[in-house]
Amino acid sequence: MARFMPLDQAVRENLRDGDVAAFEGFTHLIPTAAAHEAIRQVFRDLTLIRMTPDVVYDQMVGMGMARKLVFSYAGNPGVGLLRRVRDAVENGWPHVIEVEEHSHAAMANAYEAGAAGLPCAVFRGYRGAGLPEVNPNIRNVTCPFTGEVLAAVPAVRPDVTFIHAQKADRKGNVLIEGIIGIQKEAVLAAKRAVVTVEEVVDSFDGLHPNLCILPHWTVTAISVVPGGAHPSYTHGYYARDNASYLEWDEIAADRDRFRTWMEEHVMKAKPEDFAGRVAKLRVA
Amino acid sequence: MNEQSFTPNEMMTIAASRALTSEDVCFVGIGAPSAACNVARLTHAPDITLIYESGTIGTAPDVLPLSIGDGELCDTALTTVSVPEMFRYWLQGGRITIGFLGAAQLDKYGNINTTVIGDYHKPKTRLPGGGGAPEIATSSQQVYITMAQSKRGMVEKIDFYTSFGHGDGGDHRKRLGIETEGPTLLITDLAIWKPDPETKEFTVVSLHPGVTREMVQETCGWRVKFAEQLDETPPPTELELKTLRDLKARTDAAHKGTDSPAAKRGSKDG
Repeated sequence: MARFMPLDQAVRENLRDGDVAAFEGFTHLIPTAAAHEAIRQVFRDLTLIRMTPDVVYDQMVGMGMARKLVFSYAGNPGVGLLRRVRDAVENGWPHVIEVEEHSHAAMANAYEAGAAGLPCAVFRGYRGAGLPEVNPNIRNVTCPFTGEVLAAVPAVRPDVTFIHAQKADRKGNVLIEGIIGIQKEAVLAAKRAVVTVEEVVDSFDGLHPNLCILPHWTVTAISVVPGGAHPSYTHGYYARDNASYLEWDEIAADRDRFRTWMEEHVMKAKPEDFAGRVAKLRVA
Repeated sequence: MNEQSFTPNEMMTIAASRALTSEDVCFVGIGAPSAACNVARLTHAPDITLIYESGTIGTAPDVLPLSIGDGELCDTALTTVSVPEMFRYWLQGGRITIGFLGAAQLDKYGNINTTVIGDYHKPKTRLPGGGGAPEIATSSQQVYITMAQSKRGMVEKIDFYTSFGHGDGGDHRKRLGIETEGPTLLITDLAIWKPDPETKEFTVVSLHPGVTREMVQETCGWRVKFAEQLDETPPPTELELKTLRDLKARTDAAHKGTDSPAAKRGSKDG
């Protein structure tokens, strides 16, 4: 049953050291405010799962929160590489992290299997690819009907999933629209789910019947954080801050500059600061 | 040859766009493929279906997206589906005619590396990884590849098989039970390449205007094979060039949305 609460409380009650945590969002609706709150509360030894770990995972890895990273594309979308993730993988800074790498198809199937309560996902994938040789979690199963050899990966079952969404109604039902990505599966696969939203509306009555809705009883906690997906975007609310992604490439290139930036913009900041960051990006 | 009124990169994008038709359902990689696919849509292939891995089907962006999940793609799409649906029903289900990929490292059999330079476990450079590419390369009916030539990019042996092309050549795909055609076309800034019907080695079939065999060889890390009948790629038409330049101008203007100094440098891809 969804409970409304401030973000610091939602993170404190739902994330623990050593958790398997997913902060999902496929370019759109990235839960930056939740990730920054987790950074402020200084968690350790997290297994961070995400199809497209971008700037927020770069920040969490750079702050030493991750024991392991499970992913399928570790890039700064449209800009290039993730420099803090690179530093961890190539140089072990600030410490060595374990990497479990998949393809998008595998991760999408693995989340879906998690949501479906299955132990693994089966799909036609990885044929001829190098990843099965370096990732022991990529295996094969033979179709009992046709004999076709298919790829199998373990289901993703996070302890907690964090997502950002457009709105909740007063009961705590959550609506997501636009590029819906993998968020529904990531919430349904997880033991606990924390959702930040742009706003709360009275009800969803009269809306289109096929919208992507997470019923309130699938969500643990909801926090209202306008602008909480910045520098990514929230469809219908504000545009992507492309300049911030470009800037990040420079900030993350240097360890000291990274730490200074994190101190100023994350450690000393509050969830309420996100609203101001998207003020100029609001769509009419 | 006189000074040309177009750049090698413009020639590459336009040559790549010509390979697409209105009947194609194209899974679009970000960067160079995205520009080519949208030039095709805005010129000779208005009914092409462009699909990006963020779930947008039949998208018609007015500006090139900076990422595969820009709002513009969703706003202009026929429909937007979830990411698991995209990979299961549409890609694995065999609905994609052309998978259009870029590459950090490519070998002569169309195998692509975007994962690591150096050893996987102790990489010299950790690249972003495969994303959708491993399955795009095997589930699309055909794969087109586009990249600017360089000795660093086009190598005898890639460091990691992010996505499988023709493997060691010949019938390697068939031996792995892969029934799709794999890479059938490579468009660079200098030439158009097609796989040899037997060996599957990429062979130059057409040189872009003003390009010599030596220029192709100097920027390629393997010994280049040329077709007996070597064509010259027709230069960009006025309409093609104008369409591409207008698209880039709209894109640059749109991505300079804020007043940060970094934004003024513009996008690094596309």
